[in-house]
Parts: sequence; structure tokens; C-alpha cells
Amino acid sequence: MKAKKISASKKQQTKTAYSFLAFPLLVFSVFTIFPMLFAFVISFYDWNLLIPDKPFVGLANYVELAHDPVFLKAIKNTTVYTLGVVPTQTFLALFLAFIMNQKIRGRAFFRLAFYTPAITSSVVTSIIFVWIYSGPGLLNYLLSLIGVEGDDWLFNPKTALFAIMILNIWTTSGYFMISFLAGLQSIPQSLYEAAKIDGANQWQQFWRVTVPMVRPITFFVIVLGLIGCFQVFDQIYVMSSGGPVNSTTTMSYFTYQSSFKYFRLGYGAASAIVLAAIIFVATWLQKKYFPSEVN
Amino acid sequence: MRRLKIQKLFFYLILFGMTIIYLGPFLFSVSISFNADKDVLTWPIKLIPEEWTLAHYQSVWRDLPFGQWLVNSVLITSIQTVSNVFFSALAGFAFARLRFPGKNIIFSMLLASLMIPGIILLVPKFIVLNEFRLINTYGGLILPGLVSVVNIFLMKQFFETIPKDLEEAALIDGCSYFRIFWQIFLPVSKPALAAVAIYTFQGSWNEFMWPVIVSVTNDMFTLPVGMAFLKNEFSVQWPLLMAGTILISLPTIAIFLIFQRYFVQGVASAGLKE
Repeated sequence: MKAKKISASKKQQTKTAYSFLAFPLLVFSVFTIFPMLFAFVISFYDWNLLIPDKPFVGLANYVELAHDPVFLKAIKNTTVYTLGVVPTQTFLALFLAFIMNQKIRGRAFFRLAFYTPAITSSVVTSIIFVWIYSGPGLLNYLLSLIGVEGDDWLFNPKTALFAIMILNIWTTSGYFMISFLAGLQSIPQSLYEAAKIDGANQWQQFWRVTVPMVRPITFFVIVLGLIGCFQVFDQIYVMSSGGPVNSTTTMSYFTYQSSFKYFRLGYGAASAIVLAAIIFVATWLQKKYFPSEVN
Repeated sequence: MRRLKIQKLFFYLILFGMTIIYLGPFLFSVSISFNADKDVLTWPIKLIPEEWTLAHYQSVWRDLPFGQWLVNSVLITSIQTVSNVFFSALAGFAFARLRFPGKNIIFSMLLASLMIPGIILLVPKFIVLNEFRLINTYGGLILPGLVSVVNIFLMKQFFETIPKDLEEAALIDGCSYFRIFWQIFLPVSKPALAAVAIYTFQGSWNEFMWPVIVSVTNDMFTLPVGMAFLKNEFSVQWPLLMAGTILISLPTIAIFLIFQRYFVQGVASAGLKE
């Protein structure tokens, strides 16, 4: 009798579970699983949005990518971008969280101040920074006050990418500050007390207590930072459209440009797969050489 | 004692310096949006305009399809937020409380999908929607964002912390699982539901890459796509652009101010449970 009841409830649980999951799994299959597999298929075709005939070309798209100077430039730009932004924003986020975790008046205000860039639309922050970096913009004005001659930062191939990197650091450091803040609040106060008794100043407390204690969160923040930076798009689209002379063309902008400006969807899909492969390798390397826990 | 004072002074100097760096750009954009001066780009740049005006804000509504973009953004964001809250709770409940064949495989697949960089899905998603004739429609803008794995994961983690006593009693009384979900779980899950709602709202409101690809004509633009279009297509009219950017930012900042404790809670519960 009892066994029968349990098995009936098991059947009922299965039925309930699948009816609860039906819609989420449908959306997930149509917009994640299928597209992921389909991406590889497309990349083997000369798939043009405007031409009905879509011939199979094997690895031709990948071979072309390997010889495309713009794509190689995009890999270089993306790498420079990521290597510059991720460590800086991670450190700055931790530093901001450390400041916020002190006994200060008006903490809510400061938290809002640091977090505002992160919750604001990337298009909005990009537009504001286009003004700041423009010839008659704020940056050049401030530089003129200390007697330094400015530049048209986003129109100079030497400075454009760097300028966009600074904007990115400014926006995401506040976002990751919140992640670190949650971790900092779980560090027992006694550790700081002990460090204080040993005569450690705030700077030493930061390096000796805070940094090691938040290592798992640091790992998480770096992974998210890597994934985000490798795929940077919004800022590039709004601020420079990849110019001048491709100095700010990143890999995801390249994918966008090939697919939706030149309508070469097969070529675009292939470039996205190369980017995904690079992201996998990068996160794998990080896991290997900078694990979240020290053994 | 003196050393401590200097340290404290130094600390507050850093704090204020950082605050200026993080808020300054917004203050200047607010200032430009209210500046009545014909040429806002003349030096010296002043934070406080000599003459104030609301003309740029009026112009945003009158001369741009701003109202249409606002309707699009509100429609997309609200449908995606409601859908995410409901379905991530439903799926989270199934994973947290029900036993069924295939559970582990499905859940691992969902988790693994978090590793897929979004860029790889861009072209195939576009082709799928194009096959369904959904490019440049609300369907194309809304459908891909109706559920998110991160939200399902968050809800599952939260439901696992709820003690089992209540639901066992309800089961003995013959309640259906949906009633248990609806009448017992949802009412005690407000913080988690709020976190899902807020994150979905922010993400959906600010989303750029997908709408910029799916919306073709300017009556289908969302607010961020519309502003980017303005910046790129016309000679830049800074006061107008700044007024628009301020208006777009107000809802996200307001929501943060009202619900900020959920922000921290949400991130904390997602982080600690790893």
C-alpha cells in the first residue's frame, strides 16, 4: 500500500516537474541549444543574407579569417583591451569595496555614487564619454588648466582604444565592487582586530587580510571580467564604430560588421566561434594558474 | 594620534576624489542638458549653467520619436521581467523540490550553457528569427529574453533554503505542487523574486546588442538603440543627446535607490552559495 502511494507520487512529481519546466526549456532549446549547434553549421557555409544560394564551403571561412588583416587586428585589439581592463577593474573594484567597508558617514551615498555608472545603460555612459573625449570636451579643458595640450582622443588611432578601455574600467569597477562588498562583510572582524594589534595599518590590513580572504570572489570577478571584455561591443559601436582605421575593431564588433553590415553570416559565425574558443582557453588558463582556492 | 588623524584625512581625500570621478561625468551631462547657452562647447566649461532651460527636454519629446522608443522599451522590459520572475521561480521550484528522471542532466546542461559566450548565438538566433519572420517585430525583440538560466539558478538556490515542514504538511493534506509553489513558496520568497525582477529589469532596459540587430526601422528602436542612432547618424546635438540620456537613466537609478537592499542581498546569496 505504502509503496504504491510513493510510486504514484513519483509519477506525479515527474509530470509536475516537466510541466513546470516546459516553457523555460522550450525557450532555452530554441534560443540557446539549437543556435549553439547551428552556429557551427553556418560557419561551414557561404551564408549570405541577401543571396538565396548558400554553398557549402568547408573550412574556407576559417582559412579566410586566418588571412584577414582586419580580423587579426581585432584579435590584437581585443587582447590588449582585456589585458588592460580586467586587472585594473578588478583591483579598483576591490579597493572601492574596501573603502566602502570602513566606518564612514554617508555610506549609502558613496555606494550609489560608485554604482551609478554600472547600472546606467552602456549607451548612455558611452555618449557621455564621447563628449568628455571630444576636441572641445571636458578632458581637454581640464588638461588645458594645467597647461597640457589635448588631442581628439577618439579620432587618434593611437589613443582611441585606450580611451574606451578607461570608460569600461570606470563603469564595471562599481559593478564588481558590490560583489566584493558582500564578500568583505563576511570576513570576521576579529581578523582585522588581530592585524591591528600586530600594528598593521589600513594599507597592510588591505593586502594581508582582505585580499587573501576574498580570493574566491576575485576568481569569479576575473572570469566574468574576461568574458565581458572579450565580447565588448556596445561601447565600440557607440564611440568609434571600430575606427579610426580599425584601431578599435574588437572581435565581437568584427562579428557584427561581417554579419550585419556586409551580410556575410557564415563568415561572421566563424569569427564568433574563434572568439568563443579564445574565451574558453582564457578561462581554462585562469582556472589552471589562478584557481579560486589555494590548495 | 596625529598619525591616525592624517590617515583619516588621507582616506577621506581618496573617498571624495573617487566620488568626483564616478559622479562627475553625470553631473556634467545633467548640466549640459539644462544649459540654455547656444554653444555649450565654449570654454571655460562650467558645471553650473549661466542660464537654465527646459527646452532640450521638450525637444526630446517633440522632435524625436522618443515617446515611441519609450513605449517599446517599457513593453519589452515589463514582459521580460514578469516572464523571468514567474518562470524562473517555477523552474527553480522544480529543481529544488521535485524528483524526476533527467533532472541532473537537464540542470547540468543549463549550468554548462552559462559558459557559452553570447556572441556565438548572435548569428544563428538572427537566422532562426528571420525564418519565423520575426525580425523588426516585438516578438523578435522579446522572445529570446523570456527566461534566463542565471535567474533559474538563483531561485533554485533560494528555494533550497526553505524548510520542508510546511510543504510536507500541505502534501499530506493533498495540496497540488502548484498550490504549494503558489501559496507557500512564493509568499516567503519576496527578496529572491525582487532580486530576479530588478536584475532582469536592469538588463532588459539597458540591453543593446540584440535590439540593435533585430530592430531595423526606427519605430521599433528601444531607447538605447534610439540614442545610439542619434549619436551616430546626425551631427551631434549635445544638449539634446544629454537630455535623452538623463531621461533613460532615471528609471534604473530610481529602482536602485528604492530596492538597494535587494541588490546587495541578491548578489550575496548568489555569491555565497557557490
